[in-house]
Amino acid sequence: MTDARTHGSTAVTTTGGTATAPALLEIEGLTSSYGPVRALDGVSLSAEAGRITAVLGANGAGKTTLLRTVSGLVRCSAGRVTLGGEDITSAPVEAMVGKGMAHVPEGRGVIAELTVDENLRVGSLFRGKVGREEFDRVYDLFPRIAERRDQPAHVLSGGERQMLVIGRALIAKPRILLLDEPSLGLAPRIVAQIFGLLRHLVDTEGLSVLLVEQNARSALSVADVGVVLNLGRVVVTDSARTLMGDEDLRHAYLGF
Amino acid sequence: MQQFINVTLTGLTEGMVYAAFALALVLIWRSTRIVNFAQGSMAAATAFIALALIQAGWSYWAALVVALVSGFVMGAVIERVVVRRVEGGPELNAVIVTLGLFVAIQAGIAIVFGSSFQSFPTPFGLQGFQVGDNRIAFTPTSLYVIGAVLVTMGLLVALFRFTRVGLAMRASAFGQEVARLLGVRVGRMLTLGWGLAAVVGSLAGLLIAGGEFIYPAYMDSLIVFGFVAAVLGGLDSPIGAVVGGLILGLALSYVSGYVPRGSALVNVSALVILMVVLLVRPGGLFASSTARRA
Repeated sequence: MTDARTHGSTAVTTTGGTATAPALLEIEGLTSSYGPVRALDGVSLSAEAGRITAVLGANGAGKTTLLRTVSGLVRCSAGRVTLGGEDITSAPVEAMVGKGMAHVPEGRGVIAELTVDENLRVGSLFRGKVGREEFDRVYDLFPRIAERRDQPAHVLSGGERQMLVIGRALIAKPRILLLDEPSLGLAPRIVAQIFGLLRHLVDTEGLSVLLVEQNARSALSVADVGVVLNLGRVVVTDSARTLMGDEDLRHAYLGF
Repeated sequence: MQQFINVTLTGLTEGMVYAAFALALVLIWRSTRIVNFAQGSMAAATAFIALALIQAGWSYWAALVVALVSGFVMGAVIERVVVRRVEGGPELNAVIVTLGLFVAIQAGIAIVFGSSFQSFPTPFGLQGFQVGDNRIAFTPTSLYVIGAVLVTMGLLVALFRFTRVGLAMRASAFGQEVARLLGVRVGRMLTLGWGLAAVVGSLAGLLIAGGEFIYPAYMDSLIVFGFVAAVLGGLDSPIGAVVGGLILGLALSYVSGYVPRGSALVNVSALVILMVVLLVRPGGLFASSTARRA
């Protein structure tokens, strides 16, 4: 039933070469609605292991809903999500992190009432006992939050909050990291720093990232693959480099 | 001078009970944004359970333990079965539900245990300690009340600060969605939170009952006092609840000790304090400047 939609005319799939092996995260024909509004209309895309996949599009294109539906915060009415071959479409939200998916929601989700260190520890709760060295590793990645580890998280700046929530997701040892608008409200320098770090983690540690961004230019500069959403449908899927070079597409959907 | 000391000691003892009760309200408010008006009835129910056991020949301590455990079960069941349906909905719904529970549980107590006044025992004496030539208004029971509340608070602090469950409960209270995404069973944590709060509330009810008479509505004034204490402290802050409880206990004790016919003015005074706090510092004395539920 969903197949027809996947191969519908709206999806132009041209990701080269890797079609044989199933991707780490496969989204097929995902449809979900907020009341009468259909926010996702048969979205299909895949996020390959060891890659950064960027989902781009204007405000209201369905990017946030896509991530929320994938992680189960929003229930889909049709479609399928598999992670590493396992069908997780109807798995409860609480189970996702155990299956290897860490979703950093829009607005970052720092728990302001907890200290920086407690925030990180929340990311490790489901794993049982986690060695101190894993926390130290995150603090090594983000020295700025290490200095403030015993302070309440509400004192952190926007950039530090973003670092904290990424660090907290990393403590969960995910196979794939879902990031919702990490650049929102941050200075370009901080965005570059955070994206650079993501690239580094993907290249050196085999992390995979599904990134949702309105800031298409920054996202494409770091991503391997770009998926453009418009009004809940996939308009185009291509390599980030190609998308970057396609001026018409950029003007039409990405606003730069 | 002696009267001042006596009035102060009485105020501190009662303030500790208000503090415990306020703490129970704050625990629930923090995690589910609901003021649990049923807390008093729930506590009264556990006091009647304890009394029934004591009358059946159980020791005070065994009855206390059973009462606290049944308080936990009651809190957890009420959250899971009734309150869960109104969590996150319009605030008025939750208020009506807890008010309804308040009335229903109180009626249930009257049906099961009767509505007559019954004396509730205390394991310690009710005669004041001898200091020099005077007997002060501080009894072994007062000491027990203060000690029990302090130990309970210490245990709660340890639970929230130093244990994984405590961290999961705080994460669930302050960042529900994030906690769920990080694998915390938020629903379970809220149930646990209600259970724990009910234990603390029940303890307050059992302590204030010691050496007094209980009847189904005997906790009604404590709800008012506990609520005032919690609001004094900012409703969000456990430390605020404790300080608010002590302030209120002292204030009410001074009113009843120094104002002519003051004991008749105690309830009114509590409400006057509530009004003044809401007018002058609606966020409570300990209102945190941090972003709430950002």
